[in-house]
Amino acid sequence: MSEYNGEIKKMMIILSKATLENVYAAFVLANGARMEGIEAEIFFTFFGLEAVHKKKLEHLHVATVGNPAMHMPTMLGGLPGMEALATSMMKKEMERIDMPDVHEFLDILTASGVKLWACKLAMDMFHYKKEDLYEGVDDVITVGDFYKQGSVLGTHMLFV
Amino acid sequence: MEKQYAGKTIQVNEEGYLKNFSEWTPEVGEEIAKENNITLGARHWDVLKYLQGEFKAELPISIRKIGKSNVVDIKEFYALFPQGPLKTASKIAGIPKPASCL
Repeated sequence: MSEYNGEIKKMMIILSKATLENVYAAFVLANGARMEGIEAEIFFTFFGLEAVHKKKLEHLHVATVGNPAMHMPTMLGGLPGMEALATSMMKKEMERIDMPDVHEFLDILTASGVKLWACKLAMDMFHYKKEDLYEGVDDVITVGDFYKQGSVLGTHMLFV
Repeated sequence: MEKQYAGKTIQVNEEGYLKNFSEWTPEVGEEIAKENNITLGARHWDVLKYLQGEFKAELPISIRKIGKSNVVDIKEFYALFPQGPLKTASKIAGIPKPASCL
């Protein structure tokens, strides 16, 4: 038996939301793993699927309601146009720190060898077809398939 | 820390990055590459020279910039330096470890 030293070999990230801050968190973690020589895969489920939906991925928003870190009264955050305003402000800041937009980030991830999986159950629920998705998505798979992908010593799973 | 590369004594930090770029020579680069199981070819050198140029110009280096550099695309970058490409390439190029998360 070889001793396992606790080294992270693979990051399996489950993205269940499509708010910009969650999508970026998942993407930065996946990219950061690859940059360290760690394998990375992302499973897009429920609303997370919007991050790989061709027609939606360019229009993701920051959540202004129910997000205390926005430092904005909840009532205000719900006003029309607030999400768009917060989103455009955040996008400007992201461009400043050289953060790619969602589509370019997906291109970087696939070029870096990150595997992208769409959740079959959520696809069925939202009536999405594989053709609706970003072309770099590897396949539509089940939860069981995803777990199988992670059956390697040193795998960590993360729910975003 | 000190290490012997190409018959010279070189100052490196605890992760193996050169402390002084001025001590780097192509032969030093070759030996660091070998330690990382990489045999340098022409394409590796294109990338290493690009990284050194950015470093000398004091420009920040990120995977996104490398992808847009017209020197190498991200896929090839990973193929050339498979285990943590930017870190490995920076080490071989004799420049500091990149500080960016991107």
